[in-house]
Amino acid sequence: MLSLDRKLLRDLWRLKTQVIAIAMVMAAGVATLVLAVGAYRSLDETRETYYERYRFADIFATATRAPEWLADEIAKIPGVAAVETRIVETAILDIEGFSVPATAALVSMPEIGDQVLNRIYLRQGRTPDPAHSDEIVVNEAFAKAHGFGPGDTFHAIIDGRKRKLVIVGIALSPEYIYALGPWDLMPDDSRFAIGWLSRKAIEAAYDLDGAFSQVSVKLMRGASLDDVIERVDVLLARYGGRGAYGRKDQQSHAFLDAELKQLEAMARILPPIFLFVAAFLINMILSRLVALEREQIGLMKALGYRSLTIGMHYMKFVAAIALVGVVIGGIAGTWLGFGLTRLYGDFYHFPFLVFLWGADIYGIAVFITVGAAALGGARAVWSVVRLPPAVAMHAPAPPRYRRFLTNGWLRHISQTNIMIARHILRWPVRAGLTVFGISLSVAVLLASLFSFDSIEFMIDFTYFQADRQDATLEFTQERPVGVISDVERLPGVLAAEPVRTVAVKVRYGHVERRVPVIGKPAGTDLSRVLDTDFRPVTLPETGFAPSDALAEILGVRVGDIVEIETLQGRKRIVEMPVTAIIQGYLGLLSFMDIEAVNRLMREGPMVTGVHLAIDEAEADALFAEVKDMPMVGSIALQKKSLEKFRQTLAENISVMISVYAGLAMVIAFGVVYNSARIQLSERGRELASLRVLGFTRGEVSWILLGELAVLTLASLPLGWAIGYGVAWVTVQGLQSELYRVPLVIDRQTYAVSSLVVLGAAAISALIVRRRIDRLDLIEVLKTRE
Amino acid sequence: MAEPVFSVDDLTKVYRTGEVEVHALRGVDLDIREGEFLVLLGPSGSGKSTLLNILGGLDHATAGSVTFRGTELTTFDERALTLYRRENVGFVFQFYNLVPSLTARENVALVTEIAVNPMRPEEALEMVGLSDRLDHFPAQLSGGEQQRVAIARAIAKRPEVLFCDEPTGALDSKTGVRVLEALVAVNADLGTTTAVITHNVAIGDIAHRVVHFADGKVARIDVNETRRPASEITW
Ligand SMILES: Nc1ncnc2c1ncn2[C@@H]1O[C@H](COP(=O)(O)OP(=O)(O)O)[C@@H](O)[C@H]1O
Ligand SMILES: [Mg+2]
Repeated sequence: MLSLDRKLLRDLWRLKTQVIAIAMVMAAGVATLVLAVGAYRSLDETRETYYERYRFADIFATATRAPEWLADEIAKIPGVAAVETRIVETAILDIEGFSVPATAALVSMPEIGDQVLNRIYLRQGRTPDPAHSDEIVVNEAFAKAHGFGPGDTFHAIIDGRKRKLVIVGIALSPEYIYALGPWDLMPDDSRFAIGWLSRKAIEAAYDLDGAFSQVSVKLMRGASLDDVIERVDVLLARYGGRGAYGRKDQQSHAFLDAELKQLEAMARILPPIFLFVAAFLINMILSRLVALEREQIGLMKALGYRSLTIGMHYMKFVAAIALVGVVIGGIAGTWLGFGLTRLYGDFYHFPFLVFLWGADIYGIAVFITVGAAALGGARAVWSVVRLPPAVAMHAPAPPRYRRFLTNGWLRHISQTNIMIARHILRWPVRAGLTVFGISLSVAVLLASLFSFDSIEFMIDFTYFQADRQDATLEFTQERPVGVISDVERLPGVLAAEPVRTVAVKVRYGHVERRVPVIGKPAGTDLSRVLDTDFRPVTLPETGFAPSDALAEILGVRVGDIVEIETLQGRKRIVEMPVTAIIQGYLGLLSFMDIEAVNRLMREGPMVTGVHLAIDEAEADALFAEVKDMPMVGSIALQKKSLEKFRQTLAENISVMISVYAGLAMVIAFGVVYNSARIQLSERGRELASLRVLGFTRGEVSWILLGELAVLTLASLPLGWAIGYGVAWVTVQGLQSELYRVPLVIDRQTYAVSSLVVLGAAAISALIVRRRIDRLDLIEVLKTRE
Repeated sequence: MAEPVFSVDDLTKVYRTGEVEVHALRGVDLDIREGEFLVLLGPSGSGKSTLLNILGGLDHATAGSVTFRGTELTTFDERALTLYRRENVGFVFQFYNLVPSLTARENVALVTEIAVNPMRPEEALEMVGLSDRLDHFPAQLSGGEQQRVAIARAIAKRPEVLFCDEPTGALDSKTGVRVLEALVAVNADLGTTTAVITHNVAIGDIAHRVVHFADGKVARIDVNETRRPASEITW
């Protein structure tokens, strides 16, 4: 082994704690990169493959009742590759031993031949036999939640009649990867089911012979999505078409997409942070090493070593750190990434998983990590190369400090504190980078933990400010308003508020959107309408109140006149003023007074659903009655839904916090520990002299650790600001028409982020403190630095 | 005669570095008297620094006893030694050991802040002839000036004893003399008991007594009937 290489190994060993601290920061960067990119690619590929193999449609549209021949018309639209019509309806389920009513989306299966689009993947059993109208295939999640297998039975209220259904198969579907029940924020497998029945059975039940209520379209490559959507809309308009939409507005796809986007964002935000910090730390440690070895470098040059050889020696030091980081990070990232992919796979019930962990991920990881390390080391190595041998043999000039305050000022500040202040000001760039580095760890925490605050805020808004009802019943079709008094008489119903929802097309200038208009009576108490300042709004007798998201898309403000076209019943176009902008986080919504909706539809007072306040003690009795009510198409249980949501959240939150706290602590520890160690190496002599003068260990430690305390404290506000910025960017990236996330960061989250970082700083300070305590007083005094 | 400030009795110091044992002190006996100016002479490695470090509370003896005004120093723990250094001892070293981020005045203030009955930093700097360099940083001072700041820093707390380990070792003759003058002046004006290590025989002439070291022991002690002023010394 060359003696230079032996020196390299000894240096690495001597500086092992620092080297490991830096390598861990790099490892965190590599791990997050490998994990996020790998999991993202794998899941994306899994989804793509799933979609492709099971022919997930590109366009979806629902109608009230469209004649079957329309399918041929749709197929003739240029760019359409395949069309499949179906009947999709919701039904209440009655499951033995499960008092809470569940809701199912019932989907028809073709009588002859296989499904053309949105094919199911049969896990067990077989498809329903058209000859037996009671045979059903259910989704796996639901079957698992109830312990169902082929042969088991449950009841469903199908178009008013209670029917016993026999499970013949258990399946998965690309259409319901993320299966959300009405009003749910998280899939609740026990309360929401997908059931596939033979078309014949469902046709008969819903009296839809020769008609369909849903159509799916697969496009040819290169076809225009918007054009086809428009032409489908035109064809369906007369049959209660509710507006065709593409995958991006298909619920399951959109939610899954948002989740994958988050992974992608993680791959873009976290690794650069870690690699930046690592580069900075490498710069610090190598500059110090070179400064200490100036004489040796000069000597080697004098002995005839080439500058390049010596430069390479130091670059190898950098490369070794990067290598350790890449190996640890690569292994950890792969392991965690596979775990995460499996976790997602389970959660979404993918029938298979494609692991796409190409060599290129590692190639990229190695490339950017070594690149960052080399950049970090470049300055120090360059100074080595440039150092003329003669100069190298002299000790560097002592650092020049500046007086930043006059004597009068300083009278009351102790000299040790002046040392701290001057030292910071003497190396402002290094102090600045240290502050920046630590602040990034605060930012990492803040930018990840804030999502819980935002979610809590949305929960509070949705379930405690706006939709405060315990349950919502939706009827299979519009009912006269008199039905409300029937509902009020049900056991356990404390209050009932009518609601009428109709589909409309709203237009302002060139922009138009298909949206539901929710009609509510004035002064509702359960389900309230709140404006963007979170104040309850009384909807005026006439006028249109879009949600803020919709208002933004249309570009309307209060007072603007919009055009509303009805999409159900008789077609009408009316102009209406915008009377309020409504706060909303989920979907594109709009509101009107229920009377105004009735007038718009030119029908008498009708309702499509009812919001309920329930007496919990009588809930079972109520549920039992609801399960037998023919007119109820679905039931949403907001409080149950919230429970489920909270439960899932609680499971995730502690994992998330510990992962991100760990990552942040790696940064904070790496920066603080390295700063302290390098300072100790630079100032050990100074500190030892003070010990000789009679300063206690505590007083001497303060000079060094006090500086770090100051820098750490200074990094907090900066970290909050950066974290807020990253959170803001994250939130912007998550905005979609389906949902928007409010940017909310609680004071508590700032506190937690700060405390974690302060904790990591304190730990590194304690470790360094032990070294300060062990300073060899005599040894330091004997030698000139 | 008054009780000595230090009584050193059969002091031994053994350094153990792995397998090797180095006997730095092999039974030193020495009394240091109140107010005297002592010069320790001897070849390199003879144990002078080791003795001074033990007397100054920087190091522990292996065996033997050292009393400071009747108190046994060898029993002191780390905390007591720190206090002892803080209150009673002033140090001057070969390489000045000033804090580079503090000015001359502030380097002195560093000590006066933690001392019980200090003089003003300006006063201390005046005693070593540096009144016109108060606000200079170490980097802006010559070696001799830096060493005089170190002396001012050592005497500012009015220590009872002043230990100087080769204070002129890094200086040329002319600047070295100015440093010695400062030390003699402090000894005369404040009565600070002073011990100066050197391997420069000429410097012995300015002392009350010269302690010759050899091989970890006191070889002999010379008493100067007449002391030469520092200004007359050259090397
Ligand atoms: N920390 C130490 N570890 C081991 N040996 C030491 C140590 N300090 C001093 N010595 C040894 O003790 C002996 C006396 O050293 P020292 O008191 O410094 O001599 P002087 O100051 O007279 O030159 C020398 O042999 C030296 O090598
Ligand atoms: Mg010595």
